[in-house]
Amino acid sequence: MNTGNKLSTANIVLLFSILILVVIVAVPVILIFITAFFENGKFNIAGIAKILSDPDTYQALLNSLIIAAGTTLVSTTVGTFFAWLVARTDLPLKKTMKALFLVPFMLPSFIGALAWKVLLSPRAGYINKLLMAIFGLSKAPIDILTIGGIIAIESMYLFPFVFLQVEGSLERMDPTLEESARISGANLFTITRKITLPLVMPSILAGALLVALYSLAHFGVPAILGTEKGIYNIPTKIYERIYASGGSFNAIRVGTILSTILVISAALILKLQDMLLKKGQYQIIAGKSMRPMVMKLRGLKIPLLIISILYIGITVILPTVTIFLVGGLKTYGLSFELKNMTWNNYLKIFQWKMTKDAIWNSLYLSLGAAFVTMLAGTMISYVIVKMKVRGKFILQFLGVLPFSLPGTVIALGVILTWSGRFGINLYNTPWIIFVAYIARYMAFSIKSNSASLSQVSDSLEEASRACGATHWQSLKNIVIPLIKPGMISAFFLIFLPALRELTTSVLLYGPTTRTIGVAIYALNEDGETVRAAALASIALVIIFAGETIIRKFLARLDQAKVKVQE
Amino acid sequence: MADLQLSAVSKSYGTHRVLDKITFKVNSGECFTLLGPSGCGKTVILRLIAGFESPDEGEVSIGGHVVATAKHSLPPEERHIGVVFQDYAVWPHKTVYENIAYPLEIAKMPHEQIKSAVSDAIDQVNLAGLAQRYPYQLSGGQQQRVALARALVTKPDVMLLDEPLTNLDANLREEMRFEIKELQRKTGTTIFYVTHDQEVALAISDKMAVMDDKGIIRQIGSPDEVYERPIDAFVYQFLGIPNFIPVAIKSGQAFIDTDAVQGAAELPLQALADFPSQRFPGPKGKLACRPMDVILSRSIHPETMVKAKIVRLSLLGPIVDYLLDIGGIAIRAQMQTEAAMAQDLLIEEGQECGVRFAEPKWFSEDGEAIR
Repeated sequence: MNTGNKLSTANIVLLFSILILVVIVAVPVILIFITAFFENGKFNIAGIAKILSDPDTYQALLNSLIIAAGTTLVSTTVGTFFAWLVARTDLPLKKTMKALFLVPFMLPSFIGALAWKVLLSPRAGYINKLLMAIFGLSKAPIDILTIGGIIAIESMYLFPFVFLQVEGSLERMDPTLEESARISGANLFTITRKITLPLVMPSILAGALLVALYSLAHFGVPAILGTEKGIYNIPTKIYERIYASGGSFNAIRVGTILSTILVISAALILKLQDMLLKKGQYQIIAGKSMRPMVMKLRGLKIPLLIISILYIGITVILPTVTIFLVGGLKTYGLSFELKNMTWNNYLKIFQWKMTKDAIWNSLYLSLGAAFVTMLAGTMISYVIVKMKVRGKFILQFLGVLPFSLPGTVIALGVILTWSGRFGINLYNTPWIIFVAYIARYMAFSIKSNSASLSQVSDSLEEASRACGATHWQSLKNIVIPLIKPGMISAFFLIFLPALRELTTSVLLYGPTTRTIGVAIYALNEDGETVRAAALASIALVIIFAGETIIRKFLARLDQAKVKVQE
Repeated sequence: MADLQLSAVSKSYGTHRVLDKITFKVNSGECFTLLGPSGCGKTVILRLIAGFESPDEGEVSIGGHVVATAKHSLPPEERHIGVVFQDYAVWPHKTVYENIAYPLEIAKMPHEQIKSAVSDAIDQVNLAGLAQRYPYQLSGGQQQRVALARALVTKPDVMLLDEPLTNLDANLREEMRFEIKELQRKTGTTIFYVTHDQEVALAISDKMAVMDDKGIIRQIGSPDEVYERPIDAFVYQFLGIPNFIPVAIKSGQAFIDTDAVQGAAELPLQALADFPSQRFPGPKGKLACRPMDVILSRSIHPETMVKAKIVRLSLLGPIVDYLLDIGGIAIRAQMQTEAAMAQDLLIEEGQECGVRFAEPKWFSEDGEAIR
């Protein structure tokens, strides 16, 4: 609403919003590019080429690529198969299975990796030992500390990205498309190949790209399974360089060059995904909910159900149980017998300063970041969605930019920005993690808030103005109450991932500012597997409890929203 | 109650000039309708009056006070207006009572006074008993009444209504438009009503303005003035189903201007009606006639009638609708079903008949009315 005043509240809010995004998002990114491309004030492409052709960094790039490609392939296959099973067959317990296939999302992948290392490490993995005992083998049959192992574990926890996308589009697909093919005489196999598959292909690819994006910049799993054997991908290489050199500028520079590659790949991936999704949506999605054609599994019904349940059991329950059991061991390496177990480890987590600090740090940092990011995101979304002001395209651009910024990149950018260059040095304080979380999750907040704001018709606010309320009163009385559900869900969308964050925090923590993720990682690195597992168990309890409460809460909000919209 | 005036108001979005020097006045206590096709800029005018937009040029004044110029624009909350939106804009998180009480709470009216004012407003719009309902528990018509009550409750200087009946079904629309008129009579508020529905405009206005799709106001006048004496062909066709017959003027006489008409081409149309031949600016023009004024006859009297073929006859309950063909020109005719039956005029499709035009309107070739 432009009321004609040159420096109106609208303009102040716009400027303030731009300022937040510039400081939090734009400056760090620009500094990364500047540091990567300029050396001693001179444009230096030869330096970049030299660093990239260094076998050490080159290998990291290659590994990242191989891991991302492998993970994408496996996740996409698994995700698409289970999506089809749930959406298009007469599999029993479909609803339960659908919910179960999303559970791997809840388990932080680095905790999963930790569990699998305990089970399948070639030296002391419990399953390996078991197999060796049973079959009398002299060597461990499975080695998880390989690229293949990393791909397998990442896929276990990333396939829901594909599952969600494909399942959704299979369910919403207009069944008349397939029915008309059937009427024309095609059999089910031909229909699947010629009609169904091409129609859901955009969703499959979109899910696959999401996995690729995530895996390419993923720190946790390669860090836990790879570094011991010298297998590095880009994020772990950046961490290793900076950590080994004690944060030297040269290491940071290498980091910025590798980051630039991550950012460019991520931007390309997101662009491609956007194009695919747009194309896909127009083609197949029918507005009404319909009953899609279902394939009868007949004899395969029970075997496939068992396979699905086993899959969940192996990927979710087994690692979770392992973590809880290891966390209770008196000493790592003992067998899981009652005499070897103790509750003490769990109690001590709340007594040791390091772990106690970590829980406390994670809690207040994620709560604080979620709160601030939610509020700032609400304001920025309001400007983007509701205000008619010139210059808001800057906000639109800066608002989605963090989507293409991997956690490692954000951490580097934050280091470059907040280490005294602009007179503020937050290094080794919790504040640096705080600003990094805000940068990392701002896009979530803007997305969630924009969605709920665009559902609030402009006339609702204008009606309030016409009733004599000022702009601020209208926001307070009308707009905020109506978008509260979106704000709350933005809060949780930030709070939960931030609580278990590792990739960004691991580059930013100081002696007293470890987060839960960092503490688990550090304990594991120091060989304190039992303590790491005990802390991870407690983290899992917090995460599961949080997720459950939030799901219940969001479901209730959804019901309320339906009521309001009717 | 106050008057409302726009003087030479212009507004552009980007390079697109939506309004160009719009000027009109709404007198105090008047119900003024702005009628125009969708997308013509009529809602922009309402938003300029409300203060949701500001003009690029010109002035808006309410009750003699200038509320908006290009330089300064009073925000909507300081204009003492009431607005009713097409989508009702009833707040979904507030009850009927809370919706209607809101403007009074904002005005910091004492609690007891709010209570009685709201219950008066609820009675006025016939919503008694629904005060504690939420909008989702109301029908569209009831929600629109809430919006009306909310706009009325502060006794605003001017009420602005933006297509308030468009989202209602036909029966309710008819009922509500009488209620709005009745409310206006009771409260004496100045109403500025924007619509594309000519029936509503004709039914409730004291004065109306017809706007074309380029945002130009073609005519302002009372409903019967505009309906009976349209200034041009646009206004004429916008106020009801039009029949236009091209005519050629030769030596002071009008002929149907089509090659396909055999015989009829020689028929001087002035024989059918008063023909203002001297006032025609050129050799061609248009004859316009409402379907109800097309008079049919089974027998064809060539001196006073033209020959037509019945293409389609539809019985629409109380009226009969004919589609006629006069030398390739499609003409709609309507008459009361009872009268048509009494006069044996339910003529079979494909048959020929005679046609006479009562109360014709004449327009020049560029559509200007010839009187």
